[in-house]
Amino acid sequence: MNRFTYVRPVTVADAVAAKAGAPAGRFIAGGTNLVDLMKSDVERPPRLIDIGRVPGMDAVTALPDGGLRIGALVTNARVAYDRQIAAAYPLLAEAILAGASAQLRNAATTGGNLLQRTRCHYFYDPSMPCNKRTRGAGCAAIGGVTRMHAILGASEHCIATHPSDMCVALAALEAVVQVSGPHGARAIPMAEFHRLPGDRPDLDTTLGADEMVTSVDLPAARFTTHTAYMKLRDRASYAFAIVSVAAALRLRDGRIEEARLALGGVAQKPWRRPEAEEALRGRAPDEATFDRAADILLDGARGQGDNDFKIGLARAVLLRALAQAAAGGSDAQGGHARA
Amino acid sequence: MRTPVQFRHNGTEAAVFADGGESLLTVLRERVGDTAPKYGCGQGTCGACTVLIDGAPHLACLTLAETVQGREVTTAGGLKDGAALHPLQTAFMSHFAAQCGYCTPGMLMAAKALLDRSPRPTREEVVEAIAGNVCRCTGYEPIINAILAAAQMPGPHRY
Repeated sequence: MNRFTYVRPVTVADAVAAKAGAPAGRFIAGGTNLVDLMKSDVERPPRLIDIGRVPGMDAVTALPDGGLRIGALVTNARVAYDRQIAAAYPLLAEAILAGASAQLRNAATTGGNLLQRTRCHYFYDPSMPCNKRTRGAGCAAIGGVTRMHAILGASEHCIATHPSDMCVALAALEAVVQVSGPHGARAIPMAEFHRLPGDRPDLDTTLGADEMVTSVDLPAARFTTHTAYMKLRDRASYAFAIVSVAAALRLRDGRIEEARLALGGVAQKPWRRPEAEEALRGRAPDEATFDRAADILLDGARGQGDNDFKIGLARAVLLRALAQAAAGGSDAQGGHARA
Repeated sequence: MRTPVQFRHNGTEAAVFADGGESLLTVLRERVGDTAPKYGCGQGTCGACTVLIDGAPHLACLTLAETVQGREVTTAGGLKDGAALHPLQTAFMSHFAAQCGYCTPGMLMAAKALLDRSPRPTREEVVEAIAGNVCRCTGYEPIINAILAAAQMPGPHRY
């Protein structure tokens, strides 16, 4: 691990100023990903700005529009077990509990989960070329072992995936990320927060280098009963998704009134296509309808060899998650989906 | 850069100088002298270093020492009360829940956090609570049974 200086600002403004004074520095809160990356020499920040105790960012509060604000420092465990969230946004609670372990969820924060880096093994190994680690270095994953890699939205420069479960649910729920920088605050919708790699895979998000995440806002709850988060992984706990699906439906008179669908484990961001959701609207929740939505969501999917199976798997999980959501969510099927 | 760090350690005050980047695990083992938490993978995968910070299980290997300033850190070394073992320790012994023993201090702390929160857990809750703790000897069954047994034991300890 490199040497670094350590500062602990006590306000958002101080934190932002500390970052402006050391652009290569990193904010640290739970540290579950950053410390890991520092130990692997993937991250070598000259300064750590510990925002873990900045007041005002560690609460879940009601918003005037009926939504909820989750402070950037609220841990994943607290979000998952928060009563308001469990009641109004069960999809989010379920997604978080499908990820990591109790120890990690106790330390990892909402802001940190948004900003976690890919788990691509080549990214984690500094002896391998990686465009995400070093711009223009090349990609060792392409043509390498690609079982965990992207089938959607990849580029010739990077085929990594985003590993978060929480973000897949936040994308489906159309959460909004609130950020602060030297020029003030702004809001970034989840759909625009994470980037596809293109020719700049070194940039994971649209967050400015001088900005920090202060909260995540959930809009007023619209999907409380017919939701499902289904995650397929190599073992039933503590593993990253091979494919995951967040499905949320609103049903009326046997028809789908509104739908949200997001895929995890398949791209460098939670994968949504509003057209797929539109294709569900007004239809009966049956397999033919779900199949059409899957066609649209998976349009353009392309494997890298080892991960070709993900295309068929993603379709199967989509159909199952939609059927489960239509049947009344995960609880109707006896607890968390563990496939 | 060396940073002074003070925290509660198993009920007493600890004050050390930590090197920048030093983990809580290194500080506990090498500066405080508590070798109960173990170094396994060093990257948050195995759970052998699990300690409680303010009552919740955390991975000491991924926790920078500076960040526990003023916090309460509890390790397996702080479980027993004088000479009296904690019910979890007794149950681990009677159920042969330790073989090589390397995962045991982390398992105990993950289990303690569970019982503190949920004194009568279901088997499924126990399995979930130790999902972040790897054991390569026992096949987990004796550990799960020990935790369930400890939950039924009377004892001086408040979970």
